[in-house]
Amino acid sequence: MPDIVTIWAAILAFSVLAYVVLDGFDLGLGILFLATPRDEERNLMLASIAPVWDGNQTWLVMGGGALLAAFPLAYGVVMPALYMPITAMVLALIFRGVAFKFRDRNDGARSAWDAGFAIGSLVATFAQGVTLGALVEGLKVTNGAYAGGAFDWLSPFSVLTGLALVVGYSLLGATWLIWRTTGRMREKMRRYATFAMFGTLGAIGLVSALTPFMNPAYAQRWFAAPAIYYSALVPALVALAGWALWRALTKPGADHTPFLAALSLFVLSFIGLGVSFYPYIVPPSLTLEQAASDRSSLAFLLAGGALLIPMVIGYNIHAYWTFRGKVRDGDGYH
Amino acid sequence: MLDLDAALLSRVQFAFTISAHIIFPAFTIGLASYLAVLNGLWLWRGESVYRALFDYWKGIFAIAFGMGVVSGVVMTYQFGTNWAAFSAKAGPIIGPLLGYEVLAAFFLESGFLGVMLFGRERVGPKLHFLATLLVAVGTLMSAFWILSANSWMQTPAGYAIDEQGRYVASDWWKVVFNPSFPYRFVHMVLACYLTTALVVGATGAWHLLRGAGGREARKMFSMALWMATLLAPLQTVVGDLHGLNTFKHQPAKVAAMEGHFETMRGAPLILFGFPNVAEGRTTHKVEIPKLGSLILTHTLDGEVKGLNAFPQEDRPHPVIPFFAFRIMVALGLAMAGLGLWALWRRWRGSIHEDRWLQWAAFAMGPTGFAALLAGWFVTETGRQPFLIYGLMRTSEGVSAVSAGAVAASLTAFVLVYLLVFGAGTLYALAMMARPPEPFEDAQDDPAKAQAVAPHGLADTAKGGA
Repeated sequence: MPDIVTIWAAILAFSVLAYVVLDGFDLGLGILFLATPRDEERNLMLASIAPVWDGNQTWLVMGGGALLAAFPLAYGVVMPALYMPITAMVLALIFRGVAFKFRDRNDGARSAWDAGFAIGSLVATFAQGVTLGALVEGLKVTNGAYAGGAFDWLSPFSVLTGLALVVGYSLLGATWLIWRTTGRMREKMRRYATFAMFGTLGAIGLVSALTPFMNPAYAQRWFAAPAIYYSALVPALVALAGWALWRALTKPGADHTPFLAALSLFVLSFIGLGVSFYPYIVPPSLTLEQAASDRSSLAFLLAGGALLIPMVIGYNIHAYWTFRGKVRDGDGYH
Repeated sequence: MLDLDAALLSRVQFAFTISAHIIFPAFTIGLASYLAVLNGLWLWRGESVYRALFDYWKGIFAIAFGMGVVSGVVMTYQFGTNWAAFSAKAGPIIGPLLGYEVLAAFFLESGFLGVMLFGRERVGPKLHFLATLLVAVGTLMSAFWILSANSWMQTPAGYAIDEQGRYVASDWWKVVFNPSFPYRFVHMVLACYLTTALVVGATGAWHLLRGAGGREARKMFSMALWMATLLAPLQTVVGDLHGLNTFKHQPAKVAAMEGHFETMRGAPLILFGFPNVAEGRTTHKVEIPKLGSLILTHTLDGEVKGLNAFPQEDRPHPVIPFFAFRIMVALGLAMAGLGLWALWRRWRGSIHEDRWLQWAAFAMGPTGFAALLAGWFVTETGRQPFLIYGLMRTSEGVSAVSAGAVAASLTAFVLVYLLVFGAGTLYALAMMARPPEPFEDAQDDPAKAQAVAPHGLADTAKGGA
């Protein structure tokens, strides 16, 4: 029986990963709006995510809620430290979220809401990437509270991770659309996905190469024996997934393959981050154990979570199944 | 001095973002239940008027719900960005309560909402009704946990303090069902239902006044006024019980609401006045002798504590609680009046003939929101200067962020909210200004029948053309 802190760490990690891959393709699709100016294209793109994006975004609330509930000390450190990127992200997500409902109410303002949708998606993605980069670099903590400055999050590395996520989400968005559309839209997205693939693989390589220098403990975790026998698997699998993606894009087969290959790149990168972080939740200051809430709090919420989270996952799958298949001209998104 | 400013700005920012947020869930909690009732009646009786109303309000629900979701994401993170010390100290208690709220919201959003909005044709009418019902239950579950968390901050119970100085639960039942929670929860749910009923009633009245909307407009008008007739008087009773509960657990808040500075036996009920903190008395007052004691203690000579009975540093500032309370009560009484008027007209069989009643219902449309916000201002400003009543001061809960950062974020929130939610509210109003269309069966309509054909058949090649 694993310790309850470990269980909560797993729930938190799962929520963040679910958020990244699910809202990732929504946000990527939003970023791709910048390259798809025509109204019919945009209607089709939105129709492909309309029934599911809301549920996808909820994993972000789940991640924030789980962090507060299970690791309140980490929540209390991370949020003020990343005050600006987090605030920018939630504001950007407002523009992203309302565009679905607003763009068809008023023809005069449609292009403005579309721009809000695209730029909101872009800013939210960049802010999430910056947040990740700043966490990898580490936060200064004194007496259980953030002790750094208002701009500590801003660095070349965090800007790099911000851009990396923009390219990565675009890849998810483009491959999602390959799966869910046909004809010209699909062909266009194959082209975009190919560009985004090179960008994403390059970014993964660059971030991976730089990460060990951010904190000597990371290098230790990756390269010391016997860890290296397992950790070496991760880059090998990334290479394999990259190759699968390349094949799926250049020699078209089943339309869902590129998306699944892109998804596996994200999952592997996430596992890689997990290797770097563990057992810390806020490197180099707070371990999971130090940040964890009271045992009774963890148990109290786990009782409901153990019941509801599997149900949520179950009908999330049901919703995707209900709205499966290619979207067509005239499918409503509203 | 800089820290104090960051604290004040953080309070203003929280008040602004949560006030903007609560408008949407308050409306959607009521509307979700209304939609479940309409969908159920359509399924049960098969009268097309219910289906027409369901389709009409569903679109408005979607837009309000969307705004509730995006403004709610802001709240999830604001506990950390601006109230980190509170989150770290009270996280073991507040965290799981909000966590359950997240699970409840999740429960409703990630699956059933999509089915309710988009899936009638794909899942069939029975499953679609179930989805609508679960959306309604989900909104109430969300309200349950949020109000439990808020109530614990008002009347903390079932807690201990651990070796790190954190508040931890010693008895979860007492934490969840803390002394003010049952009252606050019922009061809030009724407020949500009334708020929605007043909006629905005003919409029906608007179409009736313009001679549009036909059977659908009459039905929504009548249903909404039934809610006012039944719930507004009930709400005054619940509100009174909630007030007595506050008198027992947070007497300083009641003193601020009532405008009492001195402790008195046989205290009057101050109808109007101006609580002047500098002079330590309420000036320009109009009062009814003994009634204050009678309401709060149920005896003519009962003792009612005034603000001066509490140490200076523990007193809430009375101006906001005092005036907001009067606004809420006045609007509540007006709602009860509207309900009784409608009942009388119904009794006489002329509910749809009274133009004045229609005008009154139209004018009362936004008052639910106003009363609800006023009530929250009473309870939140009346809790000051504490964040957790009697345990943690508001000034102790704030994050170590700079005043400049909070000022910048507050400005951004105000601008974005005015633009986005202003536009959204206008869109929702524009939808309500259009009369509902009678529902016609899809079977007779070839265009509609085609739209529900199995997916995957048509070609999307034109999509990119």
